[in-house]
Amino acid sequence: MATTETQVVGEIGNEYRYGFHDPEDYFFKSGRGLTREVVAAISEHKNEPQWMRDFRLKSLEYFEARPMPTWGGDLSGIDFDNIYYYIKPTETQAKSWEDLPPDIKQTWDRLGIPEAERKFLAGVGAQYESEVVYHKLQADLEAKGVLFLDMDSGLREHEELVRQYFGTIIPQNDNKFAALNSAVWSGGSFIYVPPGVSIEMPLQAYFRINAENMGQFERTLIIVDEGAYVHYVEGCTAPIYTTDSLHSAVVEIIVKPGARCRYTTIQNWSNNVYNLVTKRAVAYENATMEWVDGNLGSKQTMKYPAIWLMGEGAHGEVLSIAFAGDGQHQDAGGKAVHVAPNTSSVITSKSISKNGGRSSYRGLLEVAKGAHGARSKVVCDALILDEDSRTDTYPYIRIDENDVDIGHEATVSKIGEEQLFYLMSRGLSEAEAAAMIVSGFVEPITKELPLEYAVEMNRLIQLQMEGSVG
Amino acid sequence: MALLEIRNLHVSTEDGTEIVRGIDLSVDTDEVHAIMGPNGSGKSTLAYALMGHPAYQITEGDILLDGESILELEADERARRGLFLAFQYPHAVPGVTVASFLRTAINATRKAKAGGEDDPIKIPEFRKQLDAAMKQLKVPKEMAGRYLNDGFSGGEKKRVEILQMALLDPRLAILDETDSGLDIDALRIVAGGVRELVGPAMGALVITHYQRILNYIKPDFVHVFVDGRIVREGGPELAEQLEAEGYEAFTPEPVGGEA
Repeated sequence: MATTETQVVGEIGNEYRYGFHDPEDYFFKSGRGLTREVVAAISEHKNEPQWMRDFRLKSLEYFEARPMPTWGGDLSGIDFDNIYYYIKPTETQAKSWEDLPPDIKQTWDRLGIPEAERKFLAGVGAQYESEVVYHKLQADLEAKGVLFLDMDSGLREHEELVRQYFGTIIPQNDNKFAALNSAVWSGGSFIYVPPGVSIEMPLQAYFRINAENMGQFERTLIIVDEGAYVHYVEGCTAPIYTTDSLHSAVVEIIVKPGARCRYTTIQNWSNNVYNLVTKRAVAYENATMEWVDGNLGSKQTMKYPAIWLMGEGAHGEVLSIAFAGDGQHQDAGGKAVHVAPNTSSVITSKSISKNGGRSSYRGLLEVAKGAHGARSKVVCDALILDEDSRTDTYPYIRIDENDVDIGHEATVSKIGEEQLFYLMSRGLSEAEAAAMIVSGFVEPITKELPLEYAVEMNRLIQLQMEGSVG
Repeated sequence: MALLEIRNLHVSTEDGTEIVRGIDLSVDTDEVHAIMGPNGSGKSTLAYALMGHPAYQITEGDILLDGESILELEADERARRGLFLAFQYPHAVPGVTVASFLRTAINATRKAKAGGEDDPIKIPEFRKQLDAAMKQLKVPKEMAGRYLNDGFSGGEKKRVEILQMALLDPRLAILDETDSGLDIDALRIVAGGVRELVGPAMGALVITHYQRILNYIKPDFVHVFVDGRIVREGGPELAEQLEAEGYEAFTPEPVGGEA
């Protein structure tokens, strides 16, 4: 085991360890604020085809026309005029860590990414500000026809494939922030897995915001062809600044018949990042889509990974953990839309609120007419650690079919004095005892993570638990 | 100097109701003391107060471990000094396996023994100790991977309490109604496990309603506990007398009795 409990406990009291930032020395940085000129300049700079440029400009119109959402979280703190929409840190993308500029290389070293790549990843992409600065895929997968590129390279090198799917799962006018992303997107991952190819080790992308008032708008498109399998993992961190940054990604996934895709996110943005992400997948006949979504950081998260079950026998799962501490609001959940018959879905949400933090479960379960034999189970468990914290549940259910089997359970619990006393009577300090109860509470989700991520998740929870009791 | 000394101990609940009304008791290593009393006499309150439960207030008297007062110590500090309480109703901790919990608890105690320095037990050594203790207490191997007390039967919980005791290596073990919920075979195994640990390194305080468990853990001293006080003390023969005559004979006359 990489980390022992005592090592973990020893680190309680440390600061947010990703809070460092590098000096800004960029190859290209757009001015603050969002105009047609900025959008056109991004497209120009990337040397994009006309259709993408038009798509961006149209998206900007949609973004400007749409009002700010008034549901979910408080977004009034976002100042769109004060954000840098595009920053290119380096001139070219590196193929090895050694080729990265020293300050960026040091960032990845501090985050432990090169080591992770060597040990247990089939491929890795690393995005710094707006651009992917490093990309690599194992040679044998490349030989099998697997594509794992940053989105910009994907567009350049596989334009027809991108054009066929881009914006089809999440239309550019889907919501205000999807429109924003569609206008100014940069970076993200483009993945294609050919029929029958199963990628055993996860592919990973790592997203890092470095500059103050930065907006990061990565765009990810994953196509898993018939009978194929891929597990994609993403991690996110940022430095701590006094003013806010914005992360607004769009992720579109197509899971073809008999294929399976698992998408794992460990979001640990610093507590001054607005994290407003649209994630949606479609699953065809007998396909399986799984979202594993861990939200530990950010100031305000609004994210509801969705699965549209389009083909008979398709299965979808959303496993979501939210941890809201001081000044944080995690508005997270999941959506399952049953379009085809005999489809099934499971949404499991676990949230923890402490030190005045607020976590909300917001979910949608929809069964369309004709989706007979649909089965769905939604379980939301909330744990509140103190009187100042808050949890809410907003489960929306729309059923237009009679022959369905739907279950919904929700629980809210507190850490009981008796449970704490029991663990303390075995020699655990109050903080250790509380951390153990919390780790156990989220265990149904951490056990689904690759071991290294499970260890990291538990470590982050221990850090989050600092000062939460006593 | 005895290992544990209880001096004129008075314990109240948060609303001020006095439950334990002045008791004196000394327990040393290599001794088994039984506290016998009817339901509602305050036995469990005494156990909780000794372990440092925050809901119980010590209004008078003192508890000394190795001659030092532990009243100001939290439960975890008392545990790290060698106190152990086998709970009457152990709590479930879903998501945390018995093995993972035990390793964390062992490491907490080891850290205290190493003067605050981390001194984690090596995994193979832990496995060896765990396997040996589970075998001795006839706890099925798969229990190590189950979530602590989550969905355990009453008997399973009690066995896992004693398993914890065996692995945490306390100097003074308090057993609160460990016999309840155990069938006769389980009782024999559990009691045998306790008896095995009592010796130059450990003493035990066995709290019970029935004499049954005392057939297997032979007590050296028996204290009859009624209405928050020790009303009679003696050797093992006292337990037999209680079993034959019931607690009635030991119950003080009600003041201004109406009966």
